[in-house]
Amino acid sequence: MTELAANDPLPKPKRDLAPVLIPIALALAMIPLIGSTSSWVTLTVASLAMGMMIFIMASGLTLVFGLMDVLNFGHGAFIAVGAYIATLILLPFAAAMQTDSLWVNLAALAPAVLLSMAVSGALGLVVERVLILPVYGQHLKQILMTTGGLIVAEQTMYAIWGPAIIPLPLPASLRGSVILGDVAIAKYRLLAMLVGLIVFVGIQLVLNRTKLGLLIRAGVENREMVEALGYRIRRLFLGVFMTGSALAGLGGVMWALYREQVHASMSDDLTVLIFIVVIIGGLGSIGGCFIGAILVAMVANYGGFLVPKLALVSNILLMVAILMWRPRGLYAVTSR
Amino acid sequence: MMILSGDPPRSRVLTIVLLVIILALAATPFIFPGAKAMNVAAKICIFAALVASYDLLLGYTGSVSFAHTMFYGIGSYAVAIALYAMGPNWGAVATGIVIGLPLAALLALAIGLFSLRVAAIFFAMITLAVASAFQVLASQMSWLTGGEDGRSFQLPDLLRPGTVLIPKSLFGFEFNGRTLTFYLVFVASALMILGLLRVVNSPFGRVLQAIRENRFRAEALGFRTVFHLTYANCLAALVAASAGILNALWLRYAGPDTSLSFSIMLDILLMVVIGGMGTIYGAIIGAAIFILAQNYLQSLMGVASKAATEAGLPLLPGLLHPDRWLLWLGLLFIASVYFFPTGVVGRLRNVGAGKTSGSAH
Repeated sequence: MTELAANDPLPKPKRDLAPVLIPIALALAMIPLIGSTSSWVTLTVASLAMGMMIFIMASGLTLVFGLMDVLNFGHGAFIAVGAYIATLILLPFAAAMQTDSLWVNLAALAPAVLLSMAVSGALGLVVERVLILPVYGQHLKQILMTTGGLIVAEQTMYAIWGPAIIPLPLPASLRGSVILGDVAIAKYRLLAMLVGLIVFVGIQLVLNRTKLGLLIRAGVENREMVEALGYRIRRLFLGVFMTGSALAGLGGVMWALYREQVHASMSDDLTVLIFIVVIIGGLGSIGGCFIGAILVAMVANYGGFLVPKLALVSNILLMVAILMWRPRGLYAVTSR
Repeated sequence: MMILSGDPPRSRVLTIVLLVIILALAATPFIFPGAKAMNVAAKICIFAALVASYDLLLGYTGSVSFAHTMFYGIGSYAVAIALYAMGPNWGAVATGIVIGLPLAALLALAIGLFSLRVAAIFFAMITLAVASAFQVLASQMSWLTGGEDGRSFQLPDLLRPGTVLIPKSLFGFEFNGRTLTFYLVFVASALMILGLLRVVNSPFGRVLQAIRENRFRAEALGFRTVFHLTYANCLAALVAASAGILNALWLRYAGPDTSLSFSIMLDILLMVVIGGMGTIYGAIIGAAIFILAQNYLQSLMGVASKAATEAGLPLLPGLLHPDRWLLWLGLLFIASVYFFPTGVVGRLRNVGAGKTSGSAH
């Protein structure tokens, strides 16, 4: 340790860039393997878009774990709830969705997204109060409680919306592709990338530039100290949990539109994917979650193109490889 | 006492309930000779062993695994594929066992070494990911596993229903190959549960409990916790695979829905929590309650749902639909984690202990 003089600026935390380089290197390495530039661009955009959507869904989970040390096995339920709530508005207004005007489409889409986020956020409030509050600090019971919550939520959704798949077509103006030279990029993927980036930058700004973010980061480091300073950390927890749930709802709507269908079991498949992302990124790390999501999507897309047989286990292989390199994930968060 | 490894049920009510369950299971072929009752009883036996092996992990080491059905499925598929490919003979059964059990143990070893080093929460997430990948793999490799259809097969002659061992004229009931299979399942499950009781009451089992209570401290006392946890994981996987073998033999079929699906994993979780974690006996109680509910509660709910539809109530018919029975068990699950985390067995023991300690003082 070097001595610090009183006026020296605080030492900056070391920037760890190696994980950032992985997806870039992976993308570049794929150019010769894939051969044609146009399919490479299409695949890369597809993986970025898919990665952003997965990131939106996973960010809540990793935030909640980072701050509250709570692993919510029922996180997937918020995703499905978000998607189902969106159908409540989008299906009655199907006509508005099918007119070929961006503004009319958005006028139907925006309230649907907002309502989904509000409902899944409110559900987050209930879940936190009822299921998680009694079992803070007990991992085993948390896993059991939230798994129970997942069962109940999924069965309730079956009971309300029935077991059939609900088709949810994309709005007319978001269908089709933008053609750049000989490369076709689906419009919806561009939108997904944009929303994902906004969410990522938004979370980073809140965490790093506001007092609220300061408190959250302080709470991650040392919960008792923040409480001793007079802040109600319980409210902070609740706020983060609700934000995480609302983000899952947003991700659910986006995923449902991407797949153009809604089904209660979508939560099961996505939960596994999200867990892999969160593990790869390092439990509790937003940056790691972002890179992890993009990596998972890249492996799925490139892998599906090059060796379709491998696509089934590619996520597991990726996870094993990353954990061999860094056993706690790309960015390990403090003492956990 | 010896046979229970010095770990009796420790509650009079519990002892009686257990005896009733075990006697009813043992006598099922004579008392309730129908096919459905036999199926329910065999399923209770198999799941009691499976859930007991899961209890070794969840209740005694405190690590949540979501890959338990994977091992169960490996056992089922190994014996099913062997019998399907080699024809109905005992050599095929042996081949299935010889391939299935080591495969399950090796996979458990790999997962354990890989994920039990870090936090318990990692183990839960990684087992979930591995199990879901395995499930996809099994349904995709249809040349081997039969895909979504699974594999149906013939049993060796001795175990077929057509083989009459003791004719009806002798004692008034027919003891055929099916009955023999039932007792094979019953005895094997009982042996596995007794074996698990032996394991948890051995010094090794004590170390597992020490790890569950405080891993750091157990490590400080000089126990290699990763070794113990991985060993427990392998043992649990072996028993689960054996239960899977019994399941395949009983059903004469192995497929994703009966041996691999995630819903079976949730069923196991529900059974172990409702029965009582960390008791082994809880597995028998949990399996009995759950499977009886699964088979008989559903028809009850169907009646209730119809009544609600006729009464014109909103939403209620959907909530009471027989397919939604898991909803109610999920609520029961949450309630039992919350209100009586030690399950039925812990509850009964507390009642008994409260009385004895009251009279002693």
